[in-house]
Amino acid sequence: MIMKIRNIIYGTTVSFALVSSTNAYSQTGEPYIHDPSTIMECDGKYYTFGTGGGGLISEDGWSWQPGAVRPGGGAAPDAIKIGDRYLIAYSATGGGLGGGHAGKVLTMWNKTLDPSSPDFKFTEPIEVAHSLDDEDCDAIDAGLLLDPTTGRLWLSYGTYFGFIRLVELDPATGARVEGNEPIDIAIDCEATDLMYRDGWYYLLGTHGTCCDGPNSTYNIVVGRSRNVTGPYIDNIGRDMLQGGGKMLLSAGNRKTGPGHFGRYIEDDGVEKMSFHYEADFDRGGRSVLAVLPLLWENGWPVAGEPVKEGVYEIESQRHGYALELAVDFVRMPHKMFRFWEKAEAPVEPLKSQTLEDVIDTWPEGEINVRLGDYMFRPHQRWSVQPAPEYGGYLDAPYYKILIEGTNRALTATAEAEVTAAPEFTGAPEQLWRIEQLTDGTYRIMPKSVPGHESEQLVLVSVADSTPSLGRFDMNSDNSKWRFRDR
Amino acid sequence: MRYSFLKRQSLLLLILLTVVSVNVRAEADAAGEDDFPPPRQTDYKIQTPTYLSDYFTKSEKGCIATESDGFIRRWMLLEPISKPNRSNTVFTDSYINSVLDSVYFKGQFTDIPQNGSKVKAGSARLTWHALDSRLFNVKLYRFAAALKKPVYGVIFMAVTVIDCPDEIKNVRMSVGSNSASKWWLNGEETVILSGDRRMVADDCVSKRITLRKGRNIIWGAVINGPGMSDFCVRFLDENGNPVTNFTTCFE
Repeated sequence: MIMKIRNIIYGTTVSFALVSSTNAYSQTGEPYIHDPSTIMECDGKYYTFGTGGGGLISEDGWSWQPGAVRPGGGAAPDAIKIGDRYLIAYSATGGGLGGGHAGKVLTMWNKTLDPSSPDFKFTEPIEVAHSLDDEDCDAIDAGLLLDPTTGRLWLSYGTYFGFIRLVELDPATGARVEGNEPIDIAIDCEATDLMYRDGWYYLLGTHGTCCDGPNSTYNIVVGRSRNVTGPYIDNIGRDMLQGGGKMLLSAGNRKTGPGHFGRYIEDDGVEKMSFHYEADFDRGGRSVLAVLPLLWENGWPVAGEPVKEGVYEIESQRHGYALELAVDFVRMPHKMFRFWEKAEAPVEPLKSQTLEDVIDTWPEGEINVRLGDYMFRPHQRWSVQPAPEYGGYLDAPYYKILIEGTNRALTATAEAEVTAAPEFTGAPEQLWRIEQLTDGTYRIMPKSVPGHESEQLVLVSVADSTPSLGRFDMNSDNSKWRFRDR
Repeated sequence: MRYSFLKRQSLLLLILLTVVSVNVRAEADAAGEDDFPPPRQTDYKIQTPTYLSDYFTKSEKGCIATESDGFIRRWMLLEPISKPNRSNTVFTDSYINSVLDSVYFKGQFTDIPQNGSKVKAGSARLTWHALDSRLFNVKLYRFAAALKKPVYGVIFMAVTVIDCPDEIKNVRMSVGSNSASKWWLNGEETVILSGDRRMVADDCVSKRITLRKGRNIIWGAVINGPGMSDFCVRFLDENGNPVTNFTTCFE
């Protein structure tokens, strides 16, 4: 009993301490960058490049450090992997809002992004697009798309000063396709990028004020087209050539000015969007790299959110049952009413069942878990807590999943099953990677499963009432979960 | 409407008393912005000079019909009034109301200008130009650049007259502008677009208003610090569809 009380107190204390952490959802390390390129994975590490040269490297996608190398300086690069090489596009510009608007977009290749690799060597940059002084275009802010349906390579570029333009590059050389002429595809946005999904081409752009720290109103918008050359139309039918664009992301969570979208596909149904915030209030207003889940709703991209710290029902998408400890259901005493008789007595609210009401009925050791009808009882209420001290992945730190008010932790076992261990130890099998899927549900994956380190196993429903670990299948509700606060 | 017009007349008396000080203030602003970048297109060589004919045609006599998208393309544009601002982020509501309600020249908000007529704003003599935009939007930056006038740190004034064969009730004036702007219909303020704006079609609309049978006068003032500058204006009906049954002319 003493141990149980200690567990209750410990769990409560940890929960309170983490609530006070306001920046648990920001990339750690030194994620300072402006105009980040689309995140690239190379030999197990992640890379992004920014304005002014250089960039960031991460071992796990969560903790970022300076060290990426991009020669040429200039502004706002983008990156794409084509075959076994990486193509980097960046712009050398002499302008600014009130300055000249002559600019060049250049491309260069590298076999690797790892500057310590003997293969690390950029090719000579070649010009693929330019703008002349005071032309209706600023040739900066490159965005690359390799069309998965045709294999053709496209580059968008431009700023608020005139048109966003599209040109075609040769995916073998990175050079401009001979005779290709720029096509105007949008106005009044910048930091564009392109993506393709299910027969639609999407043009991402940024509206609002750049480069004004906490006052930057930068926000990411999107339009879509059946053709890569446009017209790109927003959700109300407005052409991006008339300034249209559906909002994808604006300020929030003490960060302003999201801009420079990049799409990263991690797995079938697991997509991320990388971008920068102009100002992270918890980092003194500096510009930082950020990554969020990328969702799709009715054919439009939507910015998702990592699971916020809280107490949740963890609901299986398979049948709707809730993850729970396999313990005795403790009935609540209540007064019986005759449904057909008018109630004369005053209404008195029922108290919810508390942990103290039931914990003495629970075993002290390991407890099996199962799925059952959600009744908001203590054995069904999971405290989901970020655990950034154990690292993370692209869009969130690892989480620990504890029964509310205790230190009892959801744990993966060597038999590829799940259980609830009496104590959270920080072991990899107790750290959970919770990723929002493109349909808004979540996949829940242990950091590591003893004896199954080479496999990527996730929490699955193998029956309506039985959870286990198995392979992720985006096409099966067995692999999907919801975190419900109710 | 009438009340508003009377109010405008009364206001003008007050404004006329202060117009000298306003002009002095404008000059002082200019004098106090020594470090403001020099105007573009005036004193250094441009690789791609702007030609007015790329963006506008000169307005011919008579009226033009409204195209199916409803955007008003015929405007009388005044050469830019100097109003230096290093950034567009200063365009708060109170700033816009103060600066764009100010009277910079005689006849502002009251007289329909003629093509080629001149006004004196501070020490500058500025000319009105009757132009038809080739585009749905009116490219103010290009207008100024083509005339080798300052393109940054300026206020653009625009006037047009639309002629409705019948009264049209419950329409909304729809405006997009880069950067901030303010608009009036028949002397009544209709739309204000504050902040660091990019031009987006149907960005802001007025409350429901009535277009009179016959002439309706539209005034607009667009302010720009650095960067591109343009606007687009049309009227939308109750269903959000463009209103097209009117003509535009200065007569």
